[in-house]
Amino acid sequence: MMQLPCPWCGLRDENEFVCGGTTHISRPELAASDAAWGEYLFFRDNPRGVHLERWRHAYGCGVWFNIARHTLTHEVLAVYAITEPPPAAAQDRTS
Amino acid sequence: MLSQRGHVMLAHSRHDLESLTRWANAMHMHGIEAELLTREQVGELIPALDMSAAARYPVLGGFMQRRGGTARHDAVAWGYARAADALGVDIIQGCEVTGFLKGPGGRVTGVQTQHGQIAAGRVGIAAAGHSSVLASLAGFRLPVTSYALQAMVTEPLKPRLDKVVISPATGAYVSQSDKGEMVIGGSLDLFASYAQRGSFAVLQSVVAATLAIFPSFSRLRLMRQWSGIVDVVHDSSPIIGPTPVPELYINCGWGTGGFKAIPAGGWTLAHVLATGRNHELAEPFQLERFTTGRLIDEAAASGIAH
Repeated sequence: MMQLPCPWCGLRDENEFVCGGTTHISRPELAASDAAWGEYLFFRDNPRGVHLERWRHAYGCGVWFNIARHTLTHEVLAVYAITEPPPAAAQDRTS
Repeated sequence: MLSQRGHVMLAHSRHDLESLTRWANAMHMHGIEAELLTREQVGELIPALDMSAAARYPVLGGFMQRRGGTARHDAVAWGYARAADALGVDIIQGCEVTGFLKGPGGRVTGVQTQHGQIAAGRVGIAAAGHSSVLASLAGFRLPVTSYALQAMVTEPLKPRLDKVVISPATGAYVSQSDKGEMVIGGSLDLFASYAQRGSFAVLQSVVAATLAIFPSFSRLRLMRQWSGIVDVVHDSSPIIGPTPVPELYINCGWGTGGFKAIPAGGWTLAHVLATGRNHELAEPFQLERFTTGRLIDEAAASGIAH
């Protein structure tokens, strides 16, 4: 099965983790239009390629962290802290 | 081809029994038959279930839709393909769409493929798990996340199960095909995936659930396992109609719900492609509902996350 690199615990089986979906999504201000609110809630890139997403080590240390993972190969290109911007390594090489 | 053998949902707790009662009532309110079953009735209908006192997941009851069952989805797809071909439709396989041609006002005027361009007055996308990929080529986004959904079949054996059985509490979902194989439905890999192979973690949990309620299947060999990409949408309901690109239409968002309603989905897509107006059945299923907030309460109706 897929293994993910927890920043604290190292490489662990995927069933120790819960995926939190796409990362770096910021809530718009309350005065946002319906269109902006709908974009925030529902619309996603859903790439066939490198996906920036957040995971929680739910059955381990509990940490939230970000990864760049390729959705076709499951290759993990980068692991970075939950509040950090994506590093250079998290770029899409090929689709 | 179509086997209306009966579809049985199991209850393993008092809460399950209450949920099944609500579902059965919801079906009755829509004029659809559904029978609540006692524990004894379930045991008679499905003798392979573990009904012993030591069962890990005791069966407290169930409900059945007698005319539910299975259908040969691949035969239906090929039936449509052959009929369309006979009516003069060109079905071009192995030809990837790599872009959309656009004209004045951004309206679509055709598709770019790896083998050349095809001009068209209207274009429809019906690409399931790859809907977001095509939308991205056309310059818009969808409220879709693509996940891997897996299934598997065992080696064939003599008739042992003549109902479709689903146990939501354990995640088991089994029926026996005409060839004697146990067909086992899995659950989603809960992370975005275009990999077309399911997670072993999910396979483990599905097999464990199946064997927990059908312990006599433990020696069966799994012959084949596969995974498809499903396009999941927040309200578990399809999107059928125009996109932000003029003259480009889409039919997607069917998620894990199976093919059973897709003939109506195809009909309503054909209607909007032919007339430029939505079929009345498709009106609640527009992309704009994710802006207006008028989502469909499907999960509450079906009780399954699709």
